[in-house]
Amino acid sequence: MKRRNFFKKIILGIVGIETGYLVFDSFKKKKKKAVSRDLFEAGRIDSFEKNRMYPFNSGKFYLSVFENGGMLAISIKCTHLGCIVQPDNDGFLCPCHASAFDKHGEVVSPPATRALDIFPIVVSDGKILVDTNSPIKRKGFKKSQLTFV
Amino acid sequence: MGNDKIKHSVLTGFLLHLHPKKVNSEAIKYTRTFGLGGINILLFVILAFTGLLLRFSYMPTPERAYDSIVSFQNNTLFGSLIRNIHHWSAMFMVITTFLHLLRVFYSQSIYYERKKNWYYGLILLLVVLAFNFTGYLLPWDQLSYWAVTIMTNIIEYVPFVGEWLANLIRGGEIVNENTLLNFYNFHTALLPILSTVFVVLHFWLIRKAKGVTVANNNEQKMVNVNPALISKEVIVALFTLAVVIFIGLFFNAPLLEKANPMVSPNPSKAPWYFLGFQELLINLHPIIATLIIPSALTFFFIFIPKVSIKNEKVGRWFYSEKGKRIIVYSVLFAVVTTSLLILILEYWLHLNKLDIPLFISTGIIPLFMYLIPAGTFIFILKKKLKADKIELILALATIIFTSYIVMSFVGIWLRGEAMHLIF
Repeated sequence: MKRRNFFKKIILGIVGIETGYLVFDSFKKKKKKAVSRDLFEAGRIDSFEKNRMYPFNSGKFYLSVFENGGMLAISIKCTHLGCIVQPDNDGFLCPCHASAFDKHGEVVSPPATRALDIFPIVVSDGKILVDTNSPIKRKGFKKSQLTFV
Repeated sequence: MGNDKIKHSVLTGFLLHLHPKKVNSEAIKYTRTFGLGGINILLFVILAFTGLLLRFSYMPTPERAYDSIVSFQNNTLFGSLIRNIHHWSAMFMVITTFLHLLRVFYSQSIYYERKKNWYYGLILLLVVLAFNFTGYLLPWDQLSYWAVTIMTNIIEYVPFVGEWLANLIRGGEIVNENTLLNFYNFHTALLPILSTVFVVLHFWLIRKAKGVTVANNNEQKMVNVNPALISKEVIVALFTLAVVIFIGLFFNAPLLEKANPMVSPNPSKAPWYFLGFQELLINLHPIIATLIIPSALTFFFIFIPKVSIKNEKVGRWFYSEKGKRIIVYSVLFAVVTTSLLILILEYWLHLNKLDIPLFISTGIIPLFMYLIPAGTFIFILKKKLKADKIELILALATIIFTSYIVMSFVGIWLRGEAMHLIF
């Protein structure tokens, strides 16, 4: 390789990397980093009854309180292609492609292959707070996912 | 006519300069190119102009996008017509780009000095799809919102990089104001620049390859471009313009109710030109549908023009008499196999219920249910018909094109509620 070509390629490479970095970074910076600790306030503990499911549309989750008092904040976003699941009998049904989930969010019928995501629940000051910015992906339901008050 | 002494204005001179002075009379017959490249460039210009007008009214925010389009339709002179023409031209462009690809492929116009242009053409096909896809979101109605949600979630299934890529495209985890801004910027700034660059290169490479291929290269009868070719181009252009305006006058571009991120319609489908792809994902495991098959196709399309072909075959429609027959057989084979497999997987075989890993039951098994018949078919062509390398490539590509068309057809018209077949 001639010296001139060598320098040409180096300069082009550097400009390319810089441009690429700029483009990708301008995409990325829209991610709100600082706000991610904001918790969604679902309400006071005593306002929730056992064996019921409470929809929180603005928080994009269903708060399910089971018989044993355990709670799950289940994401409304279908794990198949991102549609919004609706409560159906004792579980959830996706209107787009008919995936069905049980009350714990586990897949009952495909095309979805993964259980609905859940959000971490924090109890403080007698209030239930849900961290809607950090969905937890899971294969299926485990007892350890439940939050007890 | 065509006299050297005629003085043209700068613009006319420039436009004429895109062509050589003289051209082979065989190359300008309608049945050689059907004017498809020219139709594409005209649609591009129409889209640029109508897009520019739309851009004066459009507001790229979730709160105002939908209303700005409604108000453009109602309050701007010819607003509806302009939006309709923009919409239908964009739809046609996907089709004419695909037809243009079929034309150059089946008339053996992608070898030797045209190899590079085949690659630039493939890039332009991707650019057209990207244009369409980013434009799809802009009306911010239920159709566009959920189509883009579905499509970006399909991207999430790509192993290893899918989630990162989908989040990058959306500017977040879900389709929201960041996505709209990204798409708007791509649709009205980045892609127009990119496509202009690639179109210029595409044109220049045609000139460099000495124009359109012709079947019989020895008896050349050269005619003046002006008027022989120019008159034909004008006819094709006027015809295209008439069709686009006519359809724009009588058929409105769809606009459903404003996007509601809390209510998914039933069914929710990707944009129509990606429905063949969504169909693939319905029937096959995500790793196969989003990684293995797309990469295999990419390699195949890059590989095609690297094959050596006899010089006298360049420019011949369907390569040979045998080639024609092989293509007809391949179309029939692909239509039957693809539709049968879709029916079998929908009604009789529920592979996900088998007690083996999903990748095998819903991936490898249905893939081989397609590959084994296809392999046998190709083998028979080779043994019985003594097909040569190019004829086998014609067969393979025809199977791929036909299967995609069949899958798109099923996805667009035959899938109803919950994406089940409607019968």
